[in-house]
Amino acid sequence: MQANSDTAPPGTAAPERLNEAGLRRDGRLERLALFGLASPAMLLILVILVIPVGWLFYVSFLGADGSFSLENYERMISRKSYARIFVTTFQVSLLTTGICILIGYPLAYFMSQLPDRLANIALITVLLPFWTSLLVRTYAWLVLLQRQGLVNDWGISLGLWEEPLKLVHNMTGTLIGMVHIMLPFLILPVYGSMKAINRDLMKAASNLGAHPRRAFWDVFFPLTMPGLSAGALMVFILCLGFFVTPAVLGGGKVIMVSMQIVRNIELFVNWGAASALGVVLLVLTMAILWIASRFLKLENLAGGGHG
Amino acid sequence: MKRTATLTLTAALLASTAMAEGEVTIASWGGSYQDAQSKALFEPAAEATGIEVKQETYGGMSDVRLQVSTGQVTLDIVASGSGSAARAGAEGLLEELDYDVIDVSNFYPTLKSTYCVGGDVFSTVYAWNTDTYGEDGPQSWADFWDVENFPGSRAYRGSVAGALEPALMADGVPMEEVYEVLSSEEGIERAIDKIRELKPNIEVFWSSGAQHAQLMKDGEVDMTTGWNGRFDNAAKDGAKVAYSFNQALLDYDCFAIPKGAPNKGTAMAFLAEISKPEYQDDLPKYITYGPTNKAAYETGEISAETAATLPSSPENAALQLPISLDWYAEWETVAAEMYQEMLTE
Repeated sequence: MQANSDTAPPGTAAPERLNEAGLRRDGRLERLALFGLASPAMLLILVILVIPVGWLFYVSFLGADGSFSLENYERMISRKSYARIFVTTFQVSLLTTGICILIGYPLAYFMSQLPDRLANIALITVLLPFWTSLLVRTYAWLVLLQRQGLVNDWGISLGLWEEPLKLVHNMTGTLIGMVHIMLPFLILPVYGSMKAINRDLMKAASNLGAHPRRAFWDVFFPLTMPGLSAGALMVFILCLGFFVTPAVLGGGKVIMVSMQIVRNIELFVNWGAASALGVVLLVLTMAILWIASRFLKLENLAGGGHG
Repeated sequence: MKRTATLTLTAALLASTAMAEGEVTIASWGGSYQDAQSKALFEPAAEATGIEVKQETYGGMSDVRLQVSTGQVTLDIVASGSGSAARAGAEGLLEELDYDVIDVSNFYPTLKSTYCVGGDVFSTVYAWNTDTYGEDGPQSWADFWDVENFPGSRAYRGSVAGALEPALMADGVPMEEVYEVLSSEEGIERAIDKIRELKPNIEVFWSSGAQHAQLMKDGEVDMTTGWNGRFDNAAKDGAKVAYSFNQALLDYDCFAIPKGAPNKGTAMAFLAEISKPEYQDDLPKYITYGPTNKAAYETGEISAETAATLPSSPENAALQLPISLDWYAEWETVAAEMYQEMLTE
């Protein structure tokens, strides 16, 4: 405002008001320009997201003979296996998210306390798994965890346990593999929000007489919530669509929705049977997000560390 | 996973007997199976005909369905299981084969259909770890189910194809009555109940041939069902595995042409070539799957010892239950849904 009033013609009765019109016009132009810049992305989203999802909805109401029918949804009700597959999917996703938080939060905290150079090395270590393909990492776990794998061989020869532990081809193996793949998705946003916290706040809390534990829970932890909920949500949603890891490490007994979608395409020669599963997963996920938004401030998600 | 075997054009030019030229794209299942097909059938036939062959691996008839329904057909020939080819043919996804071009006069009559010409005969068998049970392992499906006398972990197929027949035989149904019993929901349920009984001992429900071979190689399970050729190749690699043809399921793989294939005519000529006995008699050198062309046994390439190890040899075939394509056409979808109930429990 200071700079503006300098350039305003002298002797005008209300220079601010004159500027206001100009500013509003500039603001409008800027919004238009920004909208113009954003439009390719929005067009892309329309083409690759809105249209296919709409098509998915439409196809899910087509029966085997191509006419309108609810048979794809009726099947999901009459056959109990579908409900069980959805339960498994959400169970695996929730457990993976929970374990990622338990492991990832302390690790991110540790990293945030390191001197910058060490923290960078730690960050690279966290990112390292991304350089290997998901399939390779999944098979590596199979080699490590199977009955005559490294873990069981060492455990038995060290006398830690006598019979081979059942570490893979079940829920345990699936969770180990998925947590390993998902961990960076949780650590990065949490680490980001921790780095953004002003250290003086903790000192101020101590200065006011708070025990370190209380300072952590009352000051530090709430400030990391945006990063934590962003990370947890990302992990949870990515888990819902997992295919390779449960297929390889689940031993054919941990069946998630994505695997059933493939089976349905192979089995019922029409896309509708598979699309309906996708629709139900989408609706359930949105319902869960809506419920979560009642408890968490999801609008802060994009804000990362600034919440 | 595109594997291209570009085949010598020069050889084709030199070969004065080249009957046809052009190119075909063939998709098969990969692994030691496709290697065998490639060495015994595709490469020599390409050389003899001058047809350039491109090889790919694919995910089965669902890929063909996608290509045909979107009008983007890139595959000229696909290797398929007999049952899924029968269904795909009925669905209109495959071209009718021209048996004036492909000579099937010496074929076993059951090993070809309107849409698919047999390429090899294989068996679904029970295999066991020879470290755990010795060379004389389980001798019947009843033994496979007998966890008292044959303690140890099992693997079983994760989809319904070839999964119900063994269960009924283990439950005491004579081989020749299996499909009769299975032709009702009660019969299917009886078979699935039998699998439920074994389920606590089933560590893995496998989904591919490469997987069940690997499970035996790694000693991950002590017993599994699976395809005989994969076990022989695993044993060649040092796996402690043996299997028996007794009560096994006799089945065949075949070649089909997707509807609207870009090189349909060339593909037909190529199928005619690889169906000849002089190619089929080489297949057993690379994998223990038998020829579909009876004349392949008469070329002298297949020794008596080798013949005795093939699923389609008369002695072995007599021990087995031939897969009923009619049953699969009628019941597979229903049975698969019921099977899935058991899997997710």
